[in-house]
Amino acid sequence: MEILSFIANNWSVILGLAAEHIWIVAVAVGLAILTGVPIGIAITQSKRVADAVLYVASIIVTIPSIALFGLMIPLLSTIGQGIGWLPAVIAILLYSQLPIVRNTYTAITNVDPALREAAKGMGMTPLQRLLQVEIPIAVPVIMAGVRTAVVMNIGVAAIAAYIGAGGLGVLISRGISQTDPRQLVTGAIAVSLLAMAADWALLKLQKRLTPAGLKR
Amino acid sequence: MIRLEDLTKTFATPNGLVVAADKVNMEVPTGEICILLGPSGCGKTTALKMINRLIAPTSGRILINGEDTSKLNDIELRRNIGYVIQQIGLFPNMTIEENICVVPKLVGWDMKKAKSRAAELLDLVGLDPRHFLRRYPKELSGGQQQRVGVIRALAADPPVMLMDEPFGAIDPINREIIQDEFLKMQAALKKTIMFVSHDIDEAVKMGDKIAIFRAGKIEQYDSPDRILAHPANAFVADFVGADRTLKRLRLVTAEEVARADAASAARSASVADVRQSLASSGERIAVVIDGDHHPVGFVTADELQGASGRIGDFAHPLPASVPVRADLRAVVSEMFAHDTMWLACTDDNGRYAGVVTQPAVTAALRATYGGANAGAA
Repeated sequence: MEILSFIANNWSVILGLAAEHIWIVAVAVGLAILTGVPIGIAITQSKRVADAVLYVASIIVTIPSIALFGLMIPLLSTIGQGIGWLPAVIAILLYSQLPIVRNTYTAITNVDPALREAAKGMGMTPLQRLLQVEIPIAVPVIMAGVRTAVVMNIGVAAIAAYIGAGGLGVLISRGISQTDPRQLVTGAIAVSLLAMAADWALLKLQKRLTPAGLKR
Repeated sequence: MIRLEDLTKTFATPNGLVVAADKVNMEVPTGEICILLGPSGCGKTTALKMINRLIAPTSGRILINGEDTSKLNDIELRRNIGYVIQQIGLFPNMTIEENICVVPKLVGWDMKKAKSRAAELLDLVGLDPRHFLRRYPKELSGGQQQRVGVIRALAADPPVMLMDEPFGAIDPINREIIQDEFLKMQAALKKTIMFVSHDIDEAVKMGDKIAIFRAGKIEQYDSPDRILAHPANAFVADFVGADRTLKRLRLVTAEEVARADAASAARSASVADVRQSLASSGERIAVVIDGDHHPVGFVTADELQGASGRIGDFAHPLPASVPVRADLRAVVSEMFAHDTMWLACTDDNGRYAGVVTQPAVTAALRATYGGANAGAA
């Protein structure tokens, strides 16, 4: 009951924090798509490079987010951005590389070699093959990677409250420091709901972007 | 015309240099189908793929209609060569129409022309454009997909087609049908075609010429009939099979050996007249035909001895009849099935067109042998 009345009384604050939260994740994952998809396509040219890149991306994900924030403070302090929005975005950008690069790489390399041969034999240039055949076929798998990145990083963004990035994590960190279960529970529930909603919305988007000929 | 001159491909492998094609020389005249035939690993596919440079030749020249293709860039070259592969390779993200329009679009046709071409080609292979243009490949059966694969290669009307075991993945019944359709199309389109196969029966059926490959070299390049009748060496003889003479049956149609003037008689004819005409021609049998000239039975000279009346009363039912277009393999099969030495032939309208006999069939096979021997001598 206490929690419900807390939510009802602080509705606009919660929505404001949620908006901050979404903004951090959206910018970071958006940038991650712009970098990760081309990287994933580029590394299909060499198995050795692909292994190295995917290895590095895997290592990045194993760094605890709180440690990553800590590592960035001295680096970004040189431009006066040691804490706040920028390091949060950078961290999420880095964490998102693994699912997006890996899924793009897997999707492109899994395109049926017969399709590639047909496309080549018909006289498509490498860019035409990529844009007309390989990417459309890879889209569902790439989008699945984006979904993973978003859901995973909605959690990471909550922790970014500790470096002053804002977002729903603010409720959680305050709930802990003020021993206030109302804020803590509200923050936790809001982050979970946001993750579920994002997952659902991206699944819809994934289905829309899947070429009709590939749907079951 | 496609001409290969000393075409060679060597691959470097961990076990040393492998020669996949070894100074291949051949020429496919304009409008003909040449089958590249051989066991797997013999270099036939390598030879084919060097023509559209999916595999880069190590040395040698490829000329298409007299032009050295090494002067063209890969993309330009491939857009002028139709390419069909066994796995079909229709793009699953595109509709049938979009698939067919790929090359026309690449070479800059306007969309209207490309689309009407797509509809026209679908019609050509018996797929209703209204039904199929907007479909996706996965909605089609294997046979339908391969028909689309073939017409996609024909879309921009290339003079030359390369086909890599195009019908290899289709079930035997549909394969026969598609092969027949394709031959009918080819009779009208007259493309110059290189066609890889590992199936001697397909090669004999589809090829104007057959090149038999072994270990990167051509063992024999000749017409199907010459290859079957006169294999150049033991390898070729072995590859075409011990039943190679039987395979030649497919190369001759009933029409070529049927006797169109074999005796026939109307049902209403009088026994006496027919008996007399049989006696004068020395024949033992007359085919009985009805008012529409369809064969309906036969009479024998022996049974007409001393009889009178109408021929219709003495007729036995025909064991079977064959269309004159049928090849001799089908004819002989019918003969064996009905335990008979002769069969009546019918034309496209079902009318009597003569008689094929077993001696005539064997004589036809012998004649080709004899003729070929005479040529060699």
